[in-house]
Amino acid sequence: MATRTVTIGSASGLHARPAALFVAAAAAAPVPVTIRTGDKRPVPAHSMLSVLSLGARRGTEVVIEAEGQGAEVALDTLADLLARDLDAEEPADA
Amino acid sequence: MPDPAAPPLSPAEPAIDPAAPPLAEPAIDPTIDPAIGPAGPVSDPAVPGSLRGIGVSPGLAGGPVLRVAEVPALPEPTPVTEPAVEADRAVAALAEVVAELTRRADRATERTLVDVLRAQAMMADDPVLRDTVRDQVGAGLDAPHAVDAAFAGHRTAFEAAGGYLAERVADLDDLRNRTVAVCLGRPMPGVPSPGHRYVLTARDLAPADTVDLDPEQVAALVTEEGGPTSHTAILARALGLPAVVACPAVRELSEGTVVLVDGGTGVVRVGVDPAEVTAAETADRARLAEAVEVTGPGRTADGRPVALLGNIGSARDLAAVAGAEGIGLFRTELLFLDRSREPGLAEQAEAYRRVFAELPGRRVVIRTLDAGADKPLSFLNQPDEPNPALGVRGLRLARQRPELLRTQLAAIAEAARRTGAEVSVMAPMVATRAEAAEFAAAVYAAGLPRAGVMIEVPAAALRAGQLLEEVDFLSIGTNDLSQYTFAADRQSGVLADLLDPWQPALLRLIAEVGAAGRAAGKPVGVCGEAAADPLLAPVLVGLGVTSLSMSGRALPRVRAALAQRSYPDCERLARLALYADDPVRAREAVA
Repeated sequence: MATRTVTIGSASGLHARPAALFVAAAAAAPVPVTIRTGDKRPVPAHSMLSVLSLGARRGTEVVIEAEGQGAEVALDTLADLLARDLDAEEPADA
Repeated sequence: MPDPAAPPLSPAEPAIDPAAPPLAEPAIDPTIDPAIGPAGPVSDPAVPGSLRGIGVSPGLAGGPVLRVAEVPALPEPTPVTEPAVEADRAVAALAEVVAELTRRADRATERTLVDVLRAQAMMADDPVLRDTVRDQVGAGLDAPHAVDAAFAGHRTAFEAAGGYLAERVADLDDLRNRTVAVCLGRPMPGVPSPGHRYVLTARDLAPADTVDLDPEQVAALVTEEGGPTSHTAILARALGLPAVVACPAVRELSEGTVVLVDGGTGVVRVGVDPAEVTAAETADRARLAEAVEVTGPGRTADGRPVALLGNIGSARDLAAVAGAEGIGLFRTELLFLDRSREPGLAEQAEAYRRVFAELPGRRVVIRTLDAGADKPLSFLNQPDEPNPALGVRGLRLARQRPELLRTQLAAIAEAARRTGAEVSVMAPMVATRAEAAEFAAAVYAAGLPRAGVMIEVPAAALRAGQLLEEVDFLSIGTNDLSQYTFAADRQSGVLADLLDPWQPALLRLIAEVGAAGRAAGKPVGVCGEAAADPLLAPVLVGLGVTSLSMSGRALPRVRAALAQRSYPDCERLARLALYADDPVRAREAVA
């Protein structure tokens, strides 16, 4: 089981646009990814409603986990996304 | 404020002379005035096929009527015979909602809106949600009930999380309502987007509806409920769309009926020929274009100045009121919202300076904090009041928190010193001369030259002359003055007719204030929604008002309306409105 512990970097927390970007990236990963806060039950990272329900704010520590072929690379990408301040970045298509 | 001193009382003075017996007869009988004449067909309620409401945003526009689809009620559950088919049906409904939201996101241009729509589409496209829906169908529910149950679970989770997520509950409810509607074969709730121009009708518009209202398609708005200060009215004015509210009969119109909406008079003509709509719209655009041609400071046809000012809430709003001569209402609440502590003197001074700096040599009337139990601020920790509108709000806060006012006045003074704007300060919710005197003393003590008070409470209107012995100017807030005069909640759609700014009782109070201003040679402004009504503007001027403050969109029509009327004309119209039996007749007498 590959694991990364990340601190949420986006100013608005894991909500709105940052959440949308993360969920889209998780859905595109080759392996199922879960995300949790603290000792709570992990939820599927490709579920927008579940990810939002974590209520993760900027500074909240989250744990993402995955297993199987490509898990390490996928988690690196997702961890990077979570740590960045996505609110401060302009969307590429704007 | 640098309004010129008003001339001596004219014989047309509409206010009550304390020495005279109570007014009984109008000075002029409106029925014999040839300039008024019988009302034309457009404003005649007797003409068949003409509905009437309250015009809240001027302009003429028309088209086929389309309703905001309402949220369908859940029917009785039906037994499910083929769960697999039923589950597919429910999931397909979710997919249709996702597709619709994505289409809207693709069409939207504003980034915030695009983000909101895409995030909402992702919520509806959630694999966990689909699984829950399938599970619910498996447990025996039909498609609409399964959708309802699945969303209810997530709703509970969102509410429990609080904060940002609790605010997203409305998004979830919207998705639930859309999906249930599709399951039931009904149109998705919300504002239609048929791809052509139409007249939008609804019971009333909610803020959420306005997010997807496309001004390219929506020609005009007509609502059954709502009043001059309702969300619909404010939105329509902001978008420059003709709008009529409090028009219950619009419910009876079948979809597609072509109507012509007059957002000034409040008349909705039914069954109009499309060519006639086009002609009316073209003529109205020409009138607006002409109005825009009238530039410069506001004045009547015979040259009496009427300052046309803008309402703003922060420096960001300044661009929208660029055509104004100054600012008649700078609301300061924005700075205090969502704060756990009072913003400090330096922060306040900087926010005020940003506005003042853009207005060198121009007048700015800044209003001190207008908060209270009806507009709660978290750092105030005010206890709940049974009647917040009648409680500790506006200047009354200074009874409990005098340091709040002192800090704000010091910050305004500091900002004024650093800029060249002509800054005046006024207080909201003043009722007595003693309150006005105390406020004026605090303003002068802070080193600011001009103090005024708002007239929002009938008690203050009735004693306007005494208040003017303490302060330099008055500014009438017609929205609150209506609410308190008619004991009718501003938010109540059912009581909207009472909140009509054409109510003769309201006009009578304005006349009192105008007369006091003339007698004292001091300015009297109007900064409520009434100031934005081009038909009412000459009436207000005739009642003694010397400045009108409004949103930027309203300026050209108001400026043009004043330019067409001489001051004696304004006084005559004021009398007609003042002595009318009700708001409808008041409008007709003046139109």
